[in-house]
Amino acid sequence: MLEHLELFFKSIFIDNMVFAVFLGMCSYLAVSKKVATAVGLGAAVIFVLTVTVPLNWLLDQYILQEGALTWLGPEFADYDLSFLSFILFIATIATMVQLVEIVVEKFSPALYNSLGIFLPLIAVNCAILGGSLFMQAREISSFALALNYGFSSGIGWFLAILAIAAIREKIRYSAVPAPLRGLGITFIITGLMGIGFQSFGGMLTGDNEPPAAEEVVETIAPVDLKELTQDQTETEKDQETEETNKDLVLNP
Amino acid sequence: MALLSKKDANLILDPLADNNPITIQVLGICSALAITAELKASVVMSISVLFVMGLGNVVISLLRNLIPSKIRIIVQLIVIAALVIIVDQVLKAFAYELSKTLSVFVGLIITNCIIMGRFEAFALGNGPWRSFLDGIGNAFGYGIILIIVGFLRELLGSGTLFGIPVLGDPIAKTGLYAFGYENNGFMIIPPAALIVVGVLIWIQRAQNKSLIEEA
Repeated sequence: MLEHLELFFKSIFIDNMVFAVFLGMCSYLAVSKKVATAVGLGAAVIFVLTVTVPLNWLLDQYILQEGALTWLGPEFADYDLSFLSFILFIATIATMVQLVEIVVEKFSPALYNSLGIFLPLIAVNCAILGGSLFMQAREISSFALALNYGFSSGIGWFLAILAIAAIREKIRYSAVPAPLRGLGITFIITGLMGIGFQSFGGMLTGDNEPPAAEEVVETIAPVDLKELTQDQTETEKDQETEETNKDLVLNP
Repeated sequence: MALLSKKDANLILDPLADNNPITIQVLGICSALAITAELKASVVMSISVLFVMGLGNVVISLLRNLIPSKIRIIVQLIVIAALVIIVDQVLKAFAYELSKTLSVFVGLIITNCIIMGRFEAFALGNGPWRSFLDGIGNAFGYGIILIIVGFLRELLGSGTLFGIPVLGDPIAKTGLYAFGYENNGFMIIPPAALIVVGVLIWIQRAQNKSLIEEA
């Protein structure tokens, strides 16, 4: 349970799709002029991520991973098809999106009218494929966790696009310098929001955590981000120690 | 240019500035921001996109009369995915450390909207040679922004270029650091990329007034 809660909050705030890893930026920038459309697209993203991440988790576990084909018979134990993951993941996503579109159109025309136009857009939304690829890279261990991860990442994306759409609706009344108008100011605002979201990074690294949970945090963190922050803290540490050394020399 | 007619040359030159995929068309932002903390990663990413776009545009252009328009998105995705798998395997074989730094972002070239965008907008309606030029032109336009952002972030953030210290040693206080210069750790964190691109857009639009958006 704790594991689920942790993954849930981590995916929404710390590893937010938009602010931490910049996934789905294209539609995030293109469809965030009005809150109403942003809500529609956000809902569609939550839905598609919740469906495709667990589905791709099953594919990964039972077809793609090294040794995943053992259920076919012991002679298949050596097969490693993980190089096929891109093509299978994207095929799953594209088919799911088409399927969902057809089903929604048939059974709920009202929902189709509000959501439908965004569905084709979503097949090429990096957040969707990114969700599946991160699920694979972070080695999420169970089907329920994969479901949780897809759903909570979707919510994180939804919150981000909702926030920027609300800000963009208001900023229309502000005197933004002409060359920054529109795209430029949206980039800068997103950057500032991203810096704000960085502060959630400390949320799950409190002292009360048992060491086992800390390990989970380590494996889940995205590779590039982790390396960069480590480098940063290391240089900071170096500088600090050097400063203290200097102080010692100056004030013996 | 003798090799290319003027129209063909424009296919390559336009995306470099006035029709830049990132700052004007707003395509392919995701990967542009996530991997630009180091110059090396930016260069490798640009080359990968160049390869995928050039070849992908040719393939789609050759197939354009055979693809039923209803399933064209899936066909396009499969073509891109196949090319990206090649890139990914090559990177894993020859530059393993780097492919780890890029992690999932190599895979995300598949959903890089710039590639799909050029397929839809150009390759489906033009011959292979012109599509190829359009592909590499846009990939250059994409790469140039990536390299500028990567250059600024690595230089200001870590004081290095391609991992080589260029501003002196921050620990031993040599070079620029002797005058009290400090690295700006802020440039390394992901949101700084957004601000750098925002400022680039600002500069470009201040230079070229016709690009300014209506209020």
